[in-house]
This record gives sequence, structure tokens and C-alpha cells, in this order.
Amino acid sequence: MLRLIARRIALGVLVALTVMTLAFLLTRLSGDLAVSIAGPQATQADVEIVRKAYGLDRPLYVQFFAWTGRAMVGDFGQSYFFKDSVANLIQKRLPITVTLGLVGLSLALIVSLPLGILAALRENTWIDRSVTLFTMVGQAVPSFWLALILMIVLGLQLGILPISGTGTWQHFVMPGIVLAFTAIPALTRLTRSGMIEAMASDYIRTARAKGLSRARIIFKHALRNAAIPVVSIAAVQLGFMLGGSIVIETVFALHGVGYLGWESIAKNDFPVVQAVVLVLAVFYIGLTLLADILNALLDPRLRTG
Amino acid sequence: MSEPIAIQAPQPSSVGASRIGTTGFAIGIAIVALVLAAALVGNALVPQDPFVQDLGNRLKPPFWMEGSQAGHLLGTDQLGRDYLARLVYGARISLLIGTMTVITSGLIGITLGVLGGFFGGRVDDFVLFAITTRLSIPVVLVALAVVGLMGSGLGLVVATLGLLLWDRFAVVARATTMQVRNHDYVSAAWCAGASMPHILIREILPNIASHLAVVATLEMALAILLEAALSFLGLGVPPPLPSWGLMIAEGKDYMFFSPWVIMIPGVALLVLVLGINLVGDGLRNLLGAERLR
Repeated sequence: MLRLIARRIALGVLVALTVMTLAFLLTRLSGDLAVSIAGPQATQADVEIVRKAYGLDRPLYVQFFAWTGRAMVGDFGQSYFFKDSVANLIQKRLPITVTLGLVGLSLALIVSLPLGILAALRENTWIDRSVTLFTMVGQAVPSFWLALILMIVLGLQLGILPISGTGTWQHFVMPGIVLAFTAIPALTRLTRSGMIEAMASDYIRTARAKGLSRARIIFKHALRNAAIPVVSIAAVQLGFMLGGSIVIETVFALHGVGYLGWESIAKNDFPVVQAVVLVLAVFYIGLTLLADILNALLDPRLRTG
Repeated sequence: MSEPIAIQAPQPSSVGASRIGTTGFAIGIAIVALVLAAALVGNALVPQDPFVQDLGNRLKPPFWMEGSQAGHLLGTDQLGRDYLARLVYGARISLLIGTMTVITSGLIGITLGVLGGFFGGRVDDFVLFAITTRLSIPVVLVALAVVGLMGSGLGLVVATLGLLLWDRFAVVARATTMQVRNHDYVSAAWCAGASMPHILIREILPNIASHLAVVATLEMALAILLEAALSFLGLGVPPPLPSWGLMIAEGKDYMFFSPWVIMIPGVALLVLVLGINLVGDGLRNLLGAERLR
């Protein structure tokens, strides 16, 4: 068990380092950063000043090691647009994105667990088919479009929720619903197939033979086994949701890390861009690690690995 | 209170496969065929030009609403351009980007997956590592950053999405290659003196192709949605090209008074992606391919 965890952590660190390298290279794609920072009106002298100020006159590998070295201790440099340290900016924005992610995941689980279980227990009936149809349509809905529809209906026509911005808990409701929608189809399908598989297994037959109540069979025996893939996917899904929240945060002007990423891309603020990519990746790596450990705890068969 | 439960025989075939059935498959094919037809010949059939502005006729509603104009079946946008002509042209962009992205990402993912699954060992370790790394990269953010830094354009969007969306191809190609590499026909090919490339391309690939076809539909749907999202955020297909995502973005400022400007391209997007997913679902049931993730 401990060896398994140690191996997974080592892999996670290696992946994080690779992503770090890629994030660094990504921001160098545009060619001459100094020119794009200085802006179209800058003179040659201005560009040279910017180049010096940001250390862009050094060889690429020096820049890379300087950045990684400082990033390891949480120093991501200065944002030139926000006039603040990148670490500060992210620290301020991160709670909003994490809140949004957790709201989205909770809503997604509240909808998809009952739906998936219901579909599995009523397999091949119209209920099952309706649930499947719902997941297929859900998968096809563009999230930014759903966001706009909610704005029109809930924000304008019913007037019960604020259309955009950050501040109160109400600002998280619509983005949370939209974010949940990105996870509901996959989670529902997984719950359904896990539940069908569990209900058809030998231990359920044994439980039935023992004369256990239907509720006990479903919730104590089947659900626990069906939950294993759902738990791991839910953690992974949260990682995806944090990464994917950029679109939703931008539509709703919710000032989280995703919105910060979008702003900094628009402003060519490369220290922020590479830090946001890295932070979101590290979250994902951490969550998949957590999923693997949770899996091992829930399923004794996986512990010897 | 316990109620008796009839013991059911396990139905392994139904596990993981969804049951929309052949009707769904037929509907999916019909939708995709319709959109394809619109993309290919639509602009020849619609008399209006998708790029010509007519500022005197801005935001005219579609035919089912009051105040619509005979010449503009789906109304006009904020610059007075014919919405039907733009919608039909947008189908071309969505399908083109979806197809090109799938070809690019398929080439990368299938190559990696087949090599990893076939050779195992160090090669497989590397492939698994590449997949893990790729999965930890936030797709939308990186795609936005690439387009934002390098300038927007159709080709760049395709290249970026293609380089990012190969993970599922690799996962499925790897898993299925592992299953088929020990089959007798592979050993037979070895004994017959077949070369390594021959075995990979002529023996392995055809036998995992059905699984890959299902993945291709999923990825195509995903690529179309992502392109729309990128264009919506202003970092995808550049204006005045009528990408459906861009049409929604341009209509956003008018949506409270003329909601149809975002409804029409949004529904088109939804229906196309639903159609592609229905085709994928139908293929999966048809080929008996288990859901692999």
C-alpha cells in the first residue's frame, strides 16, 4: 500500500515537472515576448528596456531554470499587467475556482447518482432510455451556450439570480449548474453501468439468497461496489472541471483562476499564463493521486499493487 | 420489510453500452448527413451571401416570428447578414475542424497507443507517461494560450486541438492492442516472416479499428464543441468567418432582446454534436465494442 502510494507520488512529481517545462515553452511560442509585452507603439529602445526588465535577454535555458527554481518555492514572478506578484494573484483567485468546482461537483453528484441508480434498477425500460437520452443531450450542450440561456431565463426573465460578477453566494449558482452539466453525463453513465454490473454479481445473489431487504442489498452491497469507479472519476472530473472552468468563469465574469488565465492570455501576461497552467495541472495531478488512494481504500483487491 | 426479488440472469452485453437502440443510430446518421449536405451544397442553395452586410436590415427575426422578412428565412444578425447563409457556412467550419482534428489527433494517439500496447515494457511506460501528462494539461486554457499567443486562424485551431485531443485514441488503441497482440493470427504472421510494420499495420490495426471508430466520433464531437468555445471567447476562428461559436459570441450583446440570435447557432451546435454522439453510440452497439476509457 505504502509502496503503491510512493510510486504514484513519484509519477505525479515527474508529470508536474514535464508540465512545467511545457508551460514554459508554451509562453515562448509567440516568438519575441519583449515585443508583444511592449505593445505595438513601442520603440526599439522600449523593447530593449522590457527585455532587460523581464530577464528576456538571457539564454532560454537560464530563463527556464531561473523560473522553475523560483516556482518550486511558490514564487512565480511578477505580473506586469496586474502589478502584483503572480502568487498573490493566484492565492486571491483560487478560492473562487475551488468553490465553483466543489459546487459543480456536488450538484453533479446529486443529479447523477440517483439517475444512474434509477436507470440501472429499471434497466431497459423507458426510464433507463430517458436517462440515456438525457445524458446524450447533456453531452451535446455547449456549456457557454447553456450559460447564456440560464442568464436569459433565470437572470432576466425570472430575475432570481445575478447575471454575472463575483461577490455573493448567488453568483455561484448559475456557474455551478453549468459546470455540473459538464460532468453529469459521464457520472450518470458510470453509476448506471457500475450498478448494473454490481447487481448482476455473485455477492448480490448471495445477499439475495440470505433474504436481505432490497434496500439493504442496493445501498449496502451494490452501491459500495458501484461507487468505486464513480469516486475515482468524480475526483478526476473535479480536476477537469477546475481546468474547464475557464470558459464558464469568463462567461459569468466570475473572478477565479480560469478568468485570470483568460485575462492574462488576452494581455500577453506570460508569467501569469504559465503559472495558471501549472497550478491547474498540479490540482489535476493531486486529485488523480487522491482518486487512486481512495480507490485502494475502497477496494481491498487493489491494495496489493 | 423485504420484498422478494426475482433472480435475474446477468446480462454482460448490456453493461456499459447504452440502449438508445437502432432508432438513435438512424437519427444520428440522418443528422450528420443533413449537416454534411448543408456544408457541401448549402451555400449554393441559399441565395444570400453570408458575408454581405446590410445595416438597414439589422437583427431581423426568423420566419416564425412577427416582423420577419421574406428574403431572410432565419433573420439577420447585428450587421444585417443573412443568418441562414451564415449558419450553413458555419456547418462547413464545424465539420472541417472536427474532421481535421480527428485525423491529426488520431494519427498521434493511435501511433502511441499501438506502439505502447504492442511492445510493452519501457515503450509502454513512456506512452503511459505521455498520456498521464497530457491528461493533466488543462485543454481549454492551453488551447486559448496557443491561439492567443500565435494569432487566431482555422489551421492553428486544428493543429492545437489535434495536438491536445489524442489521449483517448492512445488509451483505447493501447488497451485493444494488448488484447489482440497475443491472438493466433499475429503469431501466424510472425511465423510467415512478416515484418514489424506489416504486423502493426496489416494485422493489429484492422482488428482494433472498430474501437477506434467509436473514439473518433467522440473526439469529433469534442473538437467541434471546443472550437465553438474557443471562437466564442474570441480566440478561435477569426471573424468574419461564421463559426457557430463566433455567431453566439457576436449575438451575445443582443440576446436579451433578440434571443434567437444565440438560440439558432446554439441549437445547430447541439443537434450536430448530438447526431455525432448518436452515431458513435450506434457504432458501439453495432460493433459490440465495450466502453473503454
